[in-house]
Amino acid sequence: MSKTPAVKKLTGSLGERVASLPKPVKIGLWVAFAVLAYALPLLEPPFISPPGTDFGGVLFTVTIYCLVALGLNIVVGYAGLLDLGYVGFYAVGAYTAAILTTFHANWPLLLALPMAVLASTISGVLLGWPTLRVRGDYLAIVTLGFGEIIRLVAVNTEWLGASKGINDIARPPGKALFEIPHLNWESGVPLLDFNDTTKFIEFGVLDQIPYYWMGLTVVILVLFADRLIKDSRVGRAWEATREDEDAAELMGVPTFRFKLLAFATGAFIGGLAGALYASRQSFINPLSFLLLFSIMFLAAVVIGGQGNRWGVLVGAVVVAYLPERFREFTDFRVLVFGAALMALAIFRPEGLLPPRRTVRAKQSEAEIEALEEGAEGEETSRV
Amino acid sequence: MLLEVENLCVNYGHIEAIRDISFGVKEGSITSLIGANGAGKTTTLKTISGLRKVRQGKVVFDGKDITHLPPYERVKLGISQSPEGRGCFPGMTVRENLDMGAYVRNDRRSAAYLSDLDRVFELFPRLKERISQTAGTMSGGEQQMLAIGRALMAKPRLILLDEPSMGLAPKFIQQIFSIITEINHQGTTVLLVEQNAAQALKRSDSAHILETGAIVRSGTGRELAGDDSVRAAYLGGDV
Repeated sequence: MSKTPAVKKLTGSLGERVASLPKPVKIGLWVAFAVLAYALPLLEPPFISPPGTDFGGVLFTVTIYCLVALGLNIVVGYAGLLDLGYVGFYAVGAYTAAILTTFHANWPLLLALPMAVLASTISGVLLGWPTLRVRGDYLAIVTLGFGEIIRLVAVNTEWLGASKGINDIARPPGKALFEIPHLNWESGVPLLDFNDTTKFIEFGVLDQIPYYWMGLTVVILVLFADRLIKDSRVGRAWEATREDEDAAELMGVPTFRFKLLAFATGAFIGGLAGALYASRQSFINPLSFLLLFSIMFLAAVVIGGQGNRWGVLVGAVVVAYLPERFREFTDFRVLVFGAALMALAIFRPEGLLPPRRTVRAKQSEAEIEALEEGAEGEETSRV
Repeated sequence: MLLEVENLCVNYGHIEAIRDISFGVKEGSITSLIGANGAGKTTTLKTISGLRKVRQGKVVFDGKDITHLPPYERVKLGISQSPEGRGCFPGMTVRENLDMGAYVRNDRRSAAYLSDLDRVFELFPRLKERISQTAGTMSGGEQQMLAIGRALMAKPRLILLDEPSMGLAPKFIQQIFSIITEINHQGTTVLLVEQNAAQALKRSDSAHILETGAIVRSGTGRELAGDDSVRAAYLGGDV
């Protein structure tokens, strides 16, 4: 060994340093980070909070993008299947929630959510079954068509509200237990403002913060699930399939089944995001599911670093938050956003946070070193 | 016979890649398929491992008809292929590639698994030096070794090697064939596809020569290596 562990720690990147911390410290850091994330809309930090728009609403949109990016990352980043019609699953989730809670039935949202997720998962399997046998570019075209078909069906079907859309979608159930004051920064020092409070937890029309909390909670749950799947045999099968499909088959991976599973999992998360969005919005019409959204979702994944869950979250924040933050530039913000995307494509082609495939490899190296040292130790003790 | 191929025909669209091929691989032997580019050697291997669909004929492994089994089922039965050229997972490290080779095994944390890993590292010490290097950044020869090591990690009864000497420096060719012999001595049956006929015939118990999709000569490695017409066509005459 050329470097001592201490030197390695100093020279390692921030990520490595976090990874090398003892487990309780790491958990503590994550908890602190999560608490900060939950408290963000109450703190209303002056520069971060976008001027003139509802911070809670913006943050909710960010969580929906995060959710969608995590789902699409499974399809594109893990399994390597280019999906240009991801908004289709999002729409299936949203429409199912809308139909069941108001348009054709009166279910409570909590009952409609599982059905929405089920419907989008089934649509994922139905789309994947015939199309995942084709490779590469064809899949992109077929999924592109799927997203548009879903939207056009919605536009042309009275039963789905046609172009007028669907109103009065059920909100999540809530109960106002207590009020939490926001911080007010107007005087330069943060002060508790008891005139500006959020009811914990009531899903109303004006205050969007409870929706954000709900969205954030779902994102955290999905993150845990994502981590479990990625580190399992399923995750390795996806990785192998993405890298070389024939070789993966030769290793004993039933690639078609795993691609279908990736598609279904992605559709599941997409549908969930769509249903949550519909519930917050309380109103949907086909304009909420334009091709543009598929592209924005994909942009979030690619900008962030496909294959890395933290990367795609960063990507989702960039895509959903920055245009809101710079709303004061009106139309120029789209121009600036486009330029920023191009700059990223040139300077960070693998994304802001590319996947770190090396972590596991380093662990196995350490394992083997430990084994060898153990063997050497035995030898010397024998001598 | 561990493997029997009977009257096999495989098409790519309307083009016949191989027609009416029959041969057997005896358990514990090294069998090689020799032939020029485009003779159908790789297609034959891919058909045995299940990557290509059969138009006609049968593939029988250990008495079981596997003609229509998908590739991943054949791995479980004990057929493992090292694909031609750079068939590794380029974005994975050496260790991850080897772990993928053992995908069908459920004993990844056992001592037996580690000893199999050690066996691969004994055969290919280079792989151990490169254990956390990404496969895509290694030389062609190193990737070739990795592909063979990865195939071994499935603990196959029959290993299919597609051009193992391809991309190797001349001084390593001798070495890779010694390793193949060693793998065979350790109890794995080998089916080898090679353009390097001299080395392959020297090491093979039996061999078949393929020309434009059909077997034209069969015999023991020694017989074929001593045959004048084979020498003229494949061994450069004066070997």
